[in-house]
Amino acid sequence: MEFKEKLLASHLAFEGSIDFSDSVHQTRLESLKTFEQKGFPTRKDEAWKYTSLNSMLRNDFALFPETETTIEIKKVKKYFLYEIDTYKVVFIDGVYSPFLSDTTHDGLDVCLISAALSKSKYRKFIDTYFNKIADTKDSLTSLNTSFTKEGAYIYIPKSVVAEKPIELIHFSTGKEKSLWLQPRNLIVVDKNAQVQILERHQSLKPHQVVTNSVTEIFAHQDSFLDYYKIQNDFSTASLIDNTYISQQKNSNVSMHTFSLGGKLTRNNLNFYLKGTNANATLKGVTILDEKQHVDHYTLVDHIKPKCESHQDYKGVFSEGAVGVFNGKIHVDQIAQKTNAFQQNNNILLDDKATVNTKPQLEIFADDVKCSHGCTVGQLDEEALFYLQSRGIPKKEAKALMTYAFANNVLESVELPILKRRINILIAKKLGVNLGFDL
Amino acid sequence: MLSIENLHAQVEGKKILNGIDLDIKAGEVHAIMGPNGSGKSTLSAAIAGHQDYDVTKGAMILEGEDLSELDAEERAHKGVFLSFQYPVEIPGVSVTNFIKTAINANRKAKGFEDMPAKEMLQKIREKSNLLEIDSRFLSRSLNEGFSGGEKKRNEIFQMAMLEPKLSILDETDSGLDIDALKIVANGVNKLRSKDNAILVITHYQRLLEYIVPDFVHVLFDGKIVKSGTKDLAIQLEEKGYDWIKEMA
Repeated sequence: MEFKEKLLASHLAFEGSIDFSDSVHQTRLESLKTFEQKGFPTRKDEAWKYTSLNSMLRNDFALFPETETTIEIKKVKKYFLYEIDTYKVVFIDGVYSPFLSDTTHDGLDVCLISAALSKSKYRKFIDTYFNKIADTKDSLTSLNTSFTKEGAYIYIPKSVVAEKPIELIHFSTGKEKSLWLQPRNLIVVDKNAQVQILERHQSLKPHQVVTNSVTEIFAHQDSFLDYYKIQNDFSTASLIDNTYISQQKNSNVSMHTFSLGGKLTRNNLNFYLKGTNANATLKGVTILDEKQHVDHYTLVDHIKPKCESHQDYKGVFSEGAVGVFNGKIHVDQIAQKTNAFQQNNNILLDDKATVNTKPQLEIFADDVKCSHGCTVGQLDEEALFYLQSRGIPKKEAKALMTYAFANNVLESVELPILKRRINILIAKKLGVNLGFDL
Repeated sequence: MLSIENLHAQVEGKKILNGIDLDIKAGEVHAIMGPNGSGKSTLSAAIAGHQDYDVTKGAMILEGEDLSELDAEERAHKGVFLSFQYPVEIPGVSVTNFIKTAINANRKAKGFEDMPAKEMLQKIREKSNLLEIDSRFLSRSLNEGFSGGEKKRNEIFQMAMLEPKLSILDETDSGLDIDALKIVANGVNKLRSKDNAILVITHYQRLLEYIVPDFVHVLFDGKIVKSGTKDLAIQLEEKGYDWIKEMA
């Protein structure tokens, strides 16, 4: 049976595992129909020209592991920002782990979407936000919606500043040889509220795991959201991340995506700037080697006037790695005084790596400032000579230069401890012996 | 210390150096002057080991060893230092971290352990004082957003830290105002010793008022056409390079 058929056939069993009297069940069923009609995207779809899911879909995935697995804290501590206090929502093989989590309802909600779906006091929220910004025509998003069951629910009320960052961590243990996960997250940052969120998908040993995740984010007027995605998984793990962000007036959202490992990673990152003076920042560092594949597919939709968006993606590829960047900027006819900038710079360390980069600008307003630039190149020989002339061997000089190139994006990381961690990850990834502590 | 014999070099198939002979002894300061395009920067790049500069003939012997076949980093390990005319910017790597990396790379090549942190810190403090560099400067990204003067001061700071045998100062005075020039020259003079040698490459005589050379050579069309003492530099300043061209 093809995987698509298996998914469709299993929905009945899935319904048995949830409370289908909740208010979103009709949405689940409609979404299943959409997925049934559309199926998985293929390379014939323009949006998937450079990324094929074919070989991945040949696995016989386990769909709903039920049993809760426990993991010792010391084994996974390094995946947390253990140096500081944080809220945590942790899942193991798709199942919530109360043991590793640290949720709250005290002044803000950091909890589970399953709870929000089942309790009547959240009904209004769910009706207002659930599946309201996600692309209902997108097949993978629809697939996720149709199996909505578990994920994080975060609500930061009006004028509340979350005192601790929130970590969303999804572990997969490898107990199932191949596993298909579909977390569903809903995040609402109300007027004038502020929060920092980290998201990470991590397998604990090499095994075939695919995560098809959907996250809806609503940033209300004057809110601040600082979001970090850390993608540094085994090269057996794949991630399709579908993130939808709705921004109201004067809101400020920045999204950093660090793609440092994984078999296939697709980041569908969609910003909808629905209020004037909204500010969106999208930054990415991708460093890949071997047979790894990362596809950044971004959309910034300038719907209202006077909004600003900044995209800065840097990629370093070697040894058969493939990088894709497709950045679409849409400026609506009424979105005058838009400032939209996009930059994608890539370095190929050898001739076995590939990069496909494609800016897509659709501008229907006349009083706008838009710019885009993409480069694919090698390291600057003059700069390498400079380092070598100081006695630094060529291999280390290359690593140091690459480090400096990628590191530039980190300047806007607001969490010092995270910045340090990413610094070290990048240095390790590049095999740089920096000879100093970061 | 360095003996250059009949050096021929080319860049992308174009012959630039056409038989240079130069003998620099320990403790000496030599200046190479010459008009634009005479091959001054090619000479410095060829000595330092830039891969685009092919040495087609001749030899460069540093303390008995021919440099020609060595990579740039190996030449650095042997004690060659080049102060760049246009130092490269490296965002995200501070001056301090860069110099630590360089020092330890040199030590590793010689089979030594990393320099102990305390010793490193003391040395950085001592040498940065020499060039009137403050600690805030040391934590900035290497050369990023540096003024011309800061870049050159940083080059000489690196020279002070690495303690090379042979330092080549390529157009170190370009882009410097008089105050910065004095600081840089003063730093260089303090680093002069009987055990090291300095090769100053410059278009103008100005720098040589502050770093006084023992010998001055005039480079034209890839050859040394005249050698003399510091008076030659003054002569060049007065008369320009035309009489040299005529002579050649």
